[in-house]
Amino acid sequence: MNFIFSIVLSSVVVLILVLIPWIGVGALKLDTLFGIIIPYIALFVFFAGIIGRVIGWARSPVPFRIPTTAGQQWSLPWIRRSPLENPKSTAGVVGRMIFEVLTFRSLFRNTKLQFRSGFRIGYEWEKWLWLFALAFHYSFLVVLIRHLRFFTEPIPGFVNLIEQLDGLMQTGVAPVEGFMLPSVMISGFVLLGAVTLLVLRRILIPQVNYVSLPGDYFPLFLITAIGLTGVLMRYVLKVDIVSVKELTMGLVTFRPSIPYEIGVLFYIHLFLVSVLIAYIPFSKITHMAGVFLSPTRNLSNNSRFVRHINPWSYPVPVHTYDEYEEEFRDKMIAVGLPVEKMPEEEAGSAEEEKE
Amino acid sequence: MAEKIMKPEEMANVNHTPPLLSGWMHRPVEIKSGIYCYPAKPASLEYVSFPHAREWSPMDEDWKLPPNWKEIILEGLRERLERFRSLKIFMDICVRCGACADKCHFFIGGGDPRNMPVLRAELLRSVYRKEFTTAGKLMGEIAGARELTVDVLKEWWYYFFQCTECRRCSLFCPYGIDTAEITIVARELLNLLGLNIDWIATPVANCYRTGNHLGIQPHAFKDMIDFFLDDIEDITGIRMEPSLNRKGAEILFVTPSGDVFADPGTYTCMGYIILFHYLQSLGFDLTWSTFASEGGNFGYFTSHEMAKRLNAKMYAEAKRLGVKWILGGECGHMWRVINQYMDTFNGPADFLEEPVSPITGTKFENAKTTKMVHITEFTADLIKNNKLKLDASRNDNLKVTFHDSCNPARAMGLLEEPRYIIRNTCNHFYEMPDNTIREQTFCCGSGAGLNAGENMELRLRGGLPRANAVKYVHEKFGVNMLSCVCAIDRAVFPALMEYWVPEVGVTGVHELVGNALILEGEKKRETNLRGEPLPGMEEEKDV
Repeated sequence: MNFIFSIVLSSVVVLILVLIPWIGVGALKLDTLFGIIIPYIALFVFFAGIIGRVIGWARSPVPFRIPTTAGQQWSLPWIRRSPLENPKSTAGVVGRMIFEVLTFRSLFRNTKLQFRSGFRIGYEWEKWLWLFALAFHYSFLVVLIRHLRFFTEPIPGFVNLIEQLDGLMQTGVAPVEGFMLPSVMISGFVLLGAVTLLVLRRILIPQVNYVSLPGDYFPLFLITAIGLTGVLMRYVLKVDIVSVKELTMGLVTFRPSIPYEIGVLFYIHLFLVSVLIAYIPFSKITHMAGVFLSPTRNLSNNSRFVRHINPWSYPVPVHTYDEYEEEFRDKMIAVGLPVEKMPEEEAGSAEEEKE
Repeated sequence: MAEKIMKPEEMANVNHTPPLLSGWMHRPVEIKSGIYCYPAKPASLEYVSFPHAREWSPMDEDWKLPPNWKEIILEGLRERLERFRSLKIFMDICVRCGACADKCHFFIGGGDPRNMPVLRAELLRSVYRKEFTTAGKLMGEIAGARELTVDVLKEWWYYFFQCTECRRCSLFCPYGIDTAEITIVARELLNLLGLNIDWIATPVANCYRTGNHLGIQPHAFKDMIDFFLDDIEDITGIRMEPSLNRKGAEILFVTPSGDVFADPGTYTCMGYIILFHYLQSLGFDLTWSTFASEGGNFGYFTSHEMAKRLNAKMYAEAKRLGVKWILGGECGHMWRVINQYMDTFNGPADFLEEPVSPITGTKFENAKTTKMVHITEFTADLIKNNKLKLDASRNDNLKVTFHDSCNPARAMGLLEEPRYIIRNTCNHFYEMPDNTIREQTFCCGSGAGLNAGENMELRLRGGLPRANAVKYVHEKFGVNMLSCVCAIDRAVFPALMEYWVPEVGVTGVHELVGNALILEGEKKRETNLRGEPLPGMEEEKDV
């Protein structure tokens, strides 16, 4: 299995996933299946799956306190410590996690090996992965928040606000009439751009290429397809927004109904989203939940001054001092090392010890 | 022993591009001499009651595995998934972003793609997927799942004994995935089948029996200390009298046995003895122990259980001797175990008192429950409080740089304490480049029990990134001394420096202290602890 196989396989799967609703709704008129049943199933699978995952993780204990310390510890009062990189308390951990989750702190640290033969190895600050990842996750988040307008009535203020900000960069007069007519949302394009860069990076950097699995390409391709169908719907092959909202509101209020006519493109979009949602708990995308439970990040470095308990700790056989002295007593006495039992006493007690 | 070692220029010629078209899952492991360590001797495993001890060779086709080996491994993995959240999460959430790929010293210096941390973890993860996830069971290879076969097992043995558990990769991982954690578990699994290496198994057995990895028996331990006393007397004119196994002392001192045994660690050991002697007149009351004569813990490179069994000695001996607290010497993984495991393993040490420096009165609040203080914390506090009379010019022949050992850096955060001591005992201190020190420090390439002789090529390759940084400061500032706070560093760096950066020596921080410390009633010092003439005592040297 190599990257070509992985890419082809993932693309074919995404293509099939596009065709399924196309045929299902376009030809077979299974609007209810794709508009109501599958989204519900997907949501159910998502929640059940992710809860199952988290419970599964949480069921395993954290026997030892193993934070990766990335800065000066708390020791002597005059040594300046790093409260965020090497937290000693819960507050510090919360800070560290906030930086980790919201700004991808560890990724920001990334360096790139500059290996020149002989003696010129360098480690250059590498910000691209961090930048692509940040662009990807945040644009995804904005897109997600914007979509709340389909699931709320009235639409909350922050959704409108985000949308306004997102649409701040207006294009001028569109070259084709009607094209790009609703205000342009940057987030969608940033998302598509970032996904593309992440795919390219995965293919072009040999080490990343080598370790990649189909499961690394598939979600990127799936998200690309979701983004593309979304962009198409919004700017090119417009679908009936009022009908869409009727359907989505029906879904959230548990009074689902299929409006008279929404384009098949919408069902493709919805189906791909359903697949993604259902796929999350069983794939690497669980990192979104797992990062919060990662013991090298979410523990404070306090195990020298606060006792950490291992719930499954059990007694272990040890070699006791008495056994040690028993073996080496004569040698110890010969060089003047103190012993617990002098041989004379031992002669007496040896009898008792016999079993 | 490693046969002919290639030339440095040849070894530094590394290709980092993996064979992209072939994939890794089915590439059979190629076990190379110079890279692997000899397998554990049966007697060593038997001494600590480890299973399936036998003679076997990694180069043989047949590893003489027990017939139910697969069952043993899978059951062992199941058990560990239930015991370690770290393992479970690290098996599930890697996105293979590749941020860790070029962070491993073995990959940088060797180019073997399976030494990329992500791939090292995938070796185990692929089997986990096959056996413990639905996707892996259903879709097999497409989901990144692999059957556990004898070949896979061999691959595990080869590559999990090519990881020094240095945690550099975990620093860069956006989810904190720690390869050390994965290696620790994988080694535990391998040990269920008697597949350890001798460089770990024999020190473990030694330590269990004699109290230290090197198998130094109590009388020999005393002899070795006596040798140091003779040398110190020659150099300073003072006969010191450290105590061993003395009941009722206030403090127990535990340090890695490597420092008692071989140069240049021995000079660090002499530094300790001199410091303790200096403090004696100020009311310092300390004893060494021949039973707890090992700070390091090769059990930790075997299994959590074995780590606990060896670590138990420190508290047991502290209790027997009736001391108030424990002072620990310069050592790397020792301090990971003390900081992150000791209290959990063998505490609570409620028979000890919260450590207070008898000289300065400083309370070591960060060691409140463990009751164990790092010697650089202790000494830095002494210097800060002006309790030491130091003549840094005695180290003027040295241009010193400092190597952060992996574990004190990334599993503790002991960064400033040793630097403070160095700055006060030396006049010439230069840092290596930022991306190679502190939390980003590079491993010596021989940690986690891989400091054997037969795997010298692996060690030299793994040590290349560190050596390269030393070479940089050597050329730029004329650095001629690499200081560190780790006994394994002191044991392995001389060979590494000799190969990559000749003319750079290796020292512990307390050797510098021992040299600089002005003792009451000492004779005029003419040489340093190594017997080399002090600056100005020979002929004028340019500094």
